[in-house]
Amino acid sequence: MAAGAASGGSATTDTYKEARTWLLMPAWVTLTILVLAPVLMMLVYSFLTKEFRGGVIWEFSLSAYDQFFFDRGLFGDDPPKIEWTYITIFWRSIWQAGAATLLSLVIGFPTAYFIATRSPQMRPVWVFLITIPYWVNLLIRTVSMKFLLRDEGPLNDALIGIGLLDDPLRIINTNFAVQLGLFYSYLPFMVLPIYAAVERYNFALSEAAADLYASKWTTLRRILLPAIKPGVVAGCILVFVPSMGSFLAPDLLGGAKNFMIGSLIEEQFKGNAGNWPFGAAASMILLTMVLIILMISARQQAKADRA
Amino acid sequence: MSGDTKIAIDVREAVKRYGDFTALKTISLSIMDNEFFTLLGPSGCGKTTLLRMIAGFEDVTEGAIYLYGDEIAGLPPNKRPVNTVFQNYALFPHMTVLENVAFGMEMRGRSKSDARKRAGEMLDLVQLQQFAARKPSQLSGGQQQRVALARALAPEPKVLLLDEPLSALDLKLRKAMQLELKHLQRETGITFIFVTHDQEEALTMSDRIAVMSAGELQQLGSPTDIYERPHNMFVADFIGETNLLEVSVDAIKEGRATCHLGGGHELTCNAVDGIGIGSKVHMSIRPERLYMSDSPAEAESLKGRVKENIFVGTDITTIVDLADGPDFTVRTSNSDRGNKRIFEPGAEMFVNMERGAGRLLVD
Repeated sequence: MAAGAASGGSATTDTYKEARTWLLMPAWVTLTILVLAPVLMMLVYSFLTKEFRGGVIWEFSLSAYDQFFFDRGLFGDDPPKIEWTYITIFWRSIWQAGAATLLSLVIGFPTAYFIATRSPQMRPVWVFLITIPYWVNLLIRTVSMKFLLRDEGPLNDALIGIGLLDDPLRIINTNFAVQLGLFYSYLPFMVLPIYAAVERYNFALSEAAADLYASKWTTLRRILLPAIKPGVVAGCILVFVPSMGSFLAPDLLGGAKNFMIGSLIEEQFKGNAGNWPFGAAASMILLTMVLIILMISARQQAKADRA
Repeated sequence: MSGDTKIAIDVREAVKRYGDFTALKTISLSIMDNEFFTLLGPSGCGKTTLLRMIAGFEDVTEGAIYLYGDEIAGLPPNKRPVNTVFQNYALFPHMTVLENVAFGMEMRGRSKSDARKRAGEMLDLVQLQQFAARKPSQLSGGQQQRVALARALAPEPKVLLLDEPLSALDLKLRKAMQLELKHLQRETGITFIFVTHDQEEALTMSDRIAVMSAGELQQLGSPTDIYERPHNMFVADFIGETNLLEVSVDAIKEGRATCHLGGGHELTCNAVDGIGIGSKVHMSIRPERLYMSDSPAEAESLKGRVKENIFVGTDITTIVDLADGPDFTVRTSNSDRGNKRIFEPGAEMFVNMERGAGRLLVD
């Protein structure tokens, strides 16, 4: 079957051989303008010298990266020490994004499974329902979340009202609030790929496992999860990556103490106080991190496919 | 069936309903220990539903199912000592062939090494030992079929359920697998319950066959019973090829019924309980039980004209036009051509029916 598909593919390639270059042009143009050029611009800017009112001076400098990793004192002439401020922010971003991803997975997987096991007519309805909140702008959704979670908000009112709590639960301005915000922002990105994978899953495999004395839990762990792993991995990446660079949720829900890398970058390009090369350098470091994570996951996927 | 033969599966008045739709209408049947039992019927007849009820994938709406005397209708599939060979095999794609076969034994608590050792032996049994390290997708359909069989047999189930396991194979492979399955059943001594819509497959392999249609049991018996003594129209029509003639019963004398069919023709055959004088019923005559001659050669002989001869390899099928009567199909085996005559199209001759070949059917 694989051989048949491969030969079919090459036949198509032959048919369009002459036109191939031209047919691929739109894709190349799009990629160049929207991906390659901005990244290159950022790379260049991260090696320039900052101008005090925003913008850059066209002079090569490593100071942006230096500022990120090293502390040379107030006047810049102390012996260099490791600057922990930004590394801590970075580490917090990874941790927060990881927690949000885990939360999305824990909620998103059963949701996706539920939708995929409904009747074929009902599945689009459920997918539609899941995506409805996402028609509203992300900023408004995050502000609403802040309203819901604050000390005098509906959540605390309700909890105190039914007598579960005496004092409001302090959620706002905590790490957990940020995780909740990120989780809510990106949940569909977890649900949809897992849903697609479960929908393609052959449920006869689960029956076969049950027939061969496997419990429901063992069937989930040893049969279903390995089969839908690509969907789970895709979902995790799609939640983790934007969570890492997110700035709305940490700004609005986390307060100053729970600063994330996205907010740090955002600030460098805002108003006159910014530092463009430093923002560009932080972006490049974030990009590098994400690329490393993607490469590791791609490599493991390839290894699993080969085995 | 001798008195000390144990009953492997006892289905007692089992009913299956999906909402308003009744998939199975009060079925009772007993499947004996060490039997090759086949559920045969067209698609939608309820045979797969019954199999899935025995496996535990479908619950029983009413009635009960016993496995060697124990009621199992309430047990989930993983608590029933029966295994299934699925129609499209349902092999675990991310596991090797060996891991697939070892899975059931591991789940039953055997150690990993022990389960693998036994899995290796099972692969020997189905002659796939050299493919142990492959993934199912790297095997042909016939090989996957044998892996599915080894996987289901490995945990030594009390009963093996087979859900149309050969339907995805080509004809030649299917024939080979039919024999292999029959041998495996004898070797292992496990009760096999086989579901198929292919009557030839059922006749070849089974000790007994249950013919089903529209959620009901039509007839239960040995392959010979079912083929030679079909009980009703459905069974006669579904199993093999037959001449179905509309007849009315004129007289019954000494266990023989005299019937007439269109055009003033008359045929006699064994009387059947429940079909009395005056009934308008069908008579089934297998085409290979008829032969042709110049002059009447049997008590039951009808005059006709050859319409067409069709060569089908092992046989020649002749379509005969009875004067003022229905068409007849007569089959002559090629090995029999020394004794039995073939007439050219248009020739006038007599169609002779052996005594006992005609069978009256209830509707």
